[in-house]
Amino acid sequence: MGFANIVPIVAAGLLGAHTAWQATRPSNHILRPPGAYDEKDFLSRCIKCGRCIEACPYAVLHVADWTTGLAAGTPTLSARDHACRLCEDLPCIAACPTEALHPLASREDVRMGTAVIDEDLCIAFKGMRCEVCYRSCPLIDRAISIDYRPLEGDAIHSVFAPTVQEDTCTGCGLCVERCVVSEPDVAVRIERKPPGANSS
Amino acid sequence: MDITRRLFVKSTAIALATAAAGGSLTMLAGCTAAPETTGTSEGNGDTQTYSAVCRFCGCGCGVICEAKDGRLISVTGDPDNQSSKGLNCVKGYYLAKILYGEDRLTKPLIRDDASTKGTPDGLREASWEEALDLVASKLRETWKADKTRLAFWGSGQQPITEGYLTSKLWKAGLRSNNIDPNARLCMASAVVAFMNVFQTDEPAGCYDDIDHADVFVTWGANMAEAHPMLYSRLTARKLNGGNVRHYDLGTIVTRTSASADKTLIFRPGTDLAIANCIANYLVSHNLYDASFVADHCQFKAGTENIGNAYEDDYDATEPGSTVDNVHGITFEEYAERLAPYTFEYTSELSGVPVEDLQELAAVFAEPDTKIMSLWTMGVNQHNRGTWMNHNIYNLHLLTGKIAQPGNGPFSLTGQPTACGTAREVGTFCHRLPADLLVANAQHRRFTEAVWNLPEGYLDEIQKPGFHTVKIFREMSKGNMDFIWSAHNNWAQSMPNLTRFLGYKNEFRGIYDCFIVVNEVYPTLTTEYADVVFPVAMWVEREGQFGNGERRSAVFEKAVDPPGEARWDLWVLMQVARRVLEGETIDGEDAFDRLFGFIWDREADNFNGNDREVNRAIWEEYRTFSNPSLNERAAAINSDADGTFSATLKMEAKQLAPYDEYLTHHGMTWPVREKDGQWLSTRWRFANGPQEEGFDEIGVAQYGTPGKANDLDFYKSGDHKPSVVFRPYEPPAEEPDEEYPFWFCTGRLLEHWHTGTMTRRVPELDRALPEALLDMNPDDCAQLGIADGDMVRVTSRYGSFEIKASIAGRTQPPSGVTFAPFFAEETLVNLAVHEFYCPLSKEPDYKKTCVKIEKV
Repeated sequence: MGFANIVPIVAAGLLGAHTAWQATRPSNHILRPPGAYDEKDFLSRCIKCGRCIEACPYAVLHVADWTTGLAAGTPTLSARDHACRLCEDLPCIAACPTEALHPLASREDVRMGTAVIDEDLCIAFKGMRCEVCYRSCPLIDRAISIDYRPLEGDAIHSVFAPTVQEDTCTGCGLCVERCVVSEPDVAVRIERKPPGANSS
Repeated sequence: MDITRRLFVKSTAIALATAAAGGSLTMLAGCTAAPETTGTSEGNGDTQTYSAVCRFCGCGCGVICEAKDGRLISVTGDPDNQSSKGLNCVKGYYLAKILYGEDRLTKPLIRDDASTKGTPDGLREASWEEALDLVASKLRETWKADKTRLAFWGSGQQPITEGYLTSKLWKAGLRSNNIDPNARLCMASAVVAFMNVFQTDEPAGCYDDIDHADVFVTWGANMAEAHPMLYSRLTARKLNGGNVRHYDLGTIVTRTSASADKTLIFRPGTDLAIANCIANYLVSHNLYDASFVADHCQFKAGTENIGNAYEDDYDATEPGSTVDNVHGITFEEYAERLAPYTFEYTSELSGVPVEDLQELAAVFAEPDTKIMSLWTMGVNQHNRGTWMNHNIYNLHLLTGKIAQPGNGPFSLTGQPTACGTAREVGTFCHRLPADLLVANAQHRRFTEAVWNLPEGYLDEIQKPGFHTVKIFREMSKGNMDFIWSAHNNWAQSMPNLTRFLGYKNEFRGIYDCFIVVNEVYPTLTTEYADVVFPVAMWVEREGQFGNGERRSAVFEKAVDPPGEARWDLWVLMQVARRVLEGETIDGEDAFDRLFGFIWDREADNFNGNDREVNRAIWEEYRTFSNPSLNERAAAINSDADGTFSATLKMEAKQLAPYDEYLTHHGMTWPVREKDGQWLSTRWRFANGPQEEGFDEIGVAQYGTPGKANDLDFYKSGDHKPSVVFRPYEPPAEEPDEEYPFWFCTGRLLEHWHTGTMTRRVPELDRALPEALLDMNPDDCAQLGIADGDMVRVTSRYGSFEIKASIAGRTQPPSGVTFAPFFAEETLVNLAVHEFYCPLSKEPDYKKTCVKIEKV
C-alpha cells in the first residue's frame, strides 16, 4: 500500500474518531431555541424537522452541523452572529410539533441560558463608559442592571458594572451579539443550565 | 508608582499595538504620571506619542495617540487630563479606528451633472487645481454678483484656528456675514441666554463643580448617554459624597433617570412653568438669598405671546421684530408675574405631582445645599429655548447658588468645540471673535485694529447675515448660489429635510445651488455636493478644541492625511488666494494683508509646519483677549479717547500663549499670568486665589471684592446679572387627532451625531447597528404594533420608516416617542419640523407632532 492510499484512510479514520468523540461529548454547550428544556429532554423530543428554523422571522436559527455529533441536524443559534430577538409571539415554539420547544406563557419566561460577563475582559469594569450589553438587553434594568461602584484609585469616576440578574435573564444572547470586545474573546457568553435542570 | 507617562506609554506600547488600535485598558494600571514639560513626546524607535483630545462630545476627554510607520496604532486615555483621568467612553475607546474606514475620501471630486444630486453617483475624481479653480470661480462670481447669495456653514467640530481664519476670510475678506455654524442647532439658545443674563458667553463654573455638589438637577439632559464621562463623574460624587441627591427632569425616562433619585416627567414644553413654580415658591415664601439678590441681581421682563417662527416673514411681524426687547422691573413686579405659577396650576399643566414639585422647590430653598443644574438639548432645542435657559438661571440667581465650587447652573455643550470655535471665535452671522458683535461700532473698531484693517472697513457688515435655518430656507427657495460646508453633515442633521433636500416641487433650490463640502467620508451631504474636498481628519493635522468648561486644548498632528486629502486650512487658503486675486485693502494685496503672516506666496503654501502655522494664528487670535499686544486695539478696549463711553473688558476671556496649552494639556480661560506662570480660572467672577482656580485677577481688574459670596459679575451691566421673567407659552404645535404623538430626537452613547465616523468602526456598528423608535408599550398595544414591527412616522412636514421598540432603552410615557438621528437610512429629520426659538433661531428638534402607522 502506497502513501497516497494511506492518506485518505487515515483521514477517514481521524474523521471517524472525531465524530465518535463528538458523539460522546454532551451537546449542552450549544444554544437551543426558546422553550427547550435541558439537553436530554430536548434531544429526546426533537425530530429535526426544521420547522422552528423556518418559523424564525429573523433567520436566527440554523441547523447544527456535523461537528456537533449527535446534535447534528437539530436547531441551534450562534448568539455572536445572530442572537434570539425574543419575538412576542414566539413563532419557533408554535411551530414545534413535538414540544421539544415547550410552550411558554410569555417571552420573559424564555430560559435559553444565562449571560455570564467576564469581568477581566469587560471594559466597563475598568471604568470605561461602555455597558453596551446593558443598553441592548431586551429586559433592561431587569435581566442586566448597572451596579454603580467607586473606581479604585480615582475619586471622580465610577464603575458602571453591568450585572446579570440570573433569575430574569432569558439567555437570548443579544448582549453577546452586541459586545464590543472580541479579543481574546467576547466579554460575555451564554451558559446553559446543567442537564436535569428544567427551565420552567 | 514613580514612572513618567512617557516611560509608561513606552512600556505599554506592545500591549497597545496588539489591541488593534482600540483600547485604553492598559492605561489603567493605576500609576501616577509625572507632568510633561513639552507636549510632543517622541518615543524611542519607531513609535511616537502625541497628546490630543477626543474627537466627539463636549466632555473633552484627553487622549494619547501612538503612531507607527505613519499609522495610528492606538489611542488611549490621557492620565494627565484632569477631568477624564485616562478614561473614555466606548466611542473614545475606539477612536483610532475612525481614521481607517474603507471609503476615506482621498481625491477631490466634481459633479458635472446637477441632476445626479441626491444619489451616490455623479461625482468624478479631479485634480486639486481643477477643483480649487472651480470653487473659487463660483465663489467669486457669486460674491461679485450678489453677496447675499453665498454662505459658509461651519461647525462646533471645526478646530479653533480653522474657524478663526474662516471667519476672517468671510467677515474681512468677503465682507459677508453669511457664515453660521451647526452650533446654531445645539447651543444658540444657551448663548443668547448667557448674553442676556450675564453679557458674556459660557459658564461661570466648571466640571470640578460636580465633585462638590450636594444636589444635581438635570433638565432635559440624558447625560448618561450624551456626556458619558461627566456622568461617571456625577455618579462618583453620589457614591463618595454623603446623601448626594439627583433629580432628573425630562419628557422621557432615560438611562440618566435610571440612576436618579427622583425623575419628574413633564408634558413637553412645561419645563418653563416648573422653573417659574420653584421661583414663585422661593420668592413668595421669602426663601431666596436676599443679600445675594441685593448685591448682584437686576430684574427684567420681555415681550410675551411671541408666537412661533415657521416662515421667515415671522421676523418682520410685530412679535418677531421685538422678541429681543426687555425692560427693567422691580422685584415686586417680578414676584407678581410669578404668582400664577402655584404648585397646583403647574402640576395640572405639567403632569408632575404637586408633592414632587414641592420637594424640588424645597431643595432649592435649602440655604447651605450646593446645587448644580445641568442641561443640554432638551432645554436648548425648544421653541422657547432662550427663555428656558433664563428660567434656570433665575433659580440660581435668586438662591445665590452660582460661581462657587459645587454651586452652579451649568449649560452642557454637545460638541467638542462648540464653545472653543463657534462661540469663542464667533463663527456666527452676527458675531466677531471673542463675544464681539458686528452691530456694535466699538466692536468693529476693535476687530479692525487686531486685523490691521482701515477704520470703518467692517461697517459694511454691521447688519447680521443669514442664520442657519435662513440659509437653508433661502437655498430651498432658489435664493442661494453658493454654499460651502465643513465639519458637519447638514443633509442628515438639519430639520425638515423633506423641504431642504428638495422632495417638494416648490423647494428644489438644492439642485441649483453650487454646493461645496469638505469631507472625510461619503455622506448624505456629499450626495448633494458639486465639489467635494477630501480633507484631513482629527489628528491628521494639528488643531484645537474648546470644551464645555472653557477648556482650550491642542490635539497634535500624529499622522498624515491619506492620499491627496489635505488640511482644511490649506484648502481655505487656496480658495482665498484665488477669490481675492486683484483685491486690495488700503492699497495692499488683500490676501497678503489678511493671511500673509502664514503664507509663502512663492511656494504657494504655508510658511511653516502645522505647529508653527497654528501658533501664528493663535497668537493673532489671542490678541482679541490680550489687547495689550496691539496698541491700536488696546486704545479701543480702554476707550482711551472717550468715543464709546464704555470699556470692552476684552481681558475677561484672556487666552494664554499657544505653547502653554501643550504644556498643561489644556487650560480654562480666562488664563492669567501671575509671577511668570500662566494660571487657569475655574470659577469666573469668584474672588479667591488664582492658583486655586479662582478669579482674583479678574475681580481685582474690573470689580470689587467683598460683595455677597465674594463675587463680582464684572462683565454684566452694572455688575448685575439679569433675572428675566419668562412665562410659560405652549409648544409650536401640540398633538391632535390627526397627529397624536410627540416625536423627540437625540443622541445615543455608541454613535456620534450622524454616525459618519462611529458607524465605520466595526465594534460600534455592532454595538448599535440600527435606529429604533422607542414607544410606550400601551401605545403599541393600542395601535397593534409589536416590538420590532416596521412603522411609518408622519408629521405635517414629512415621513420616514423605522422599527418600533418597547425594549426600554428610553421609556417614553404614553403619547411620546423617541428616535436617534445617527442612521442615514432612517432619516428622522425628514419629519422633524423647523420651528425655532425666535430669540436664538435654534430649531426645536424635540417636539414634532406625528402619527404612527404599522407598515
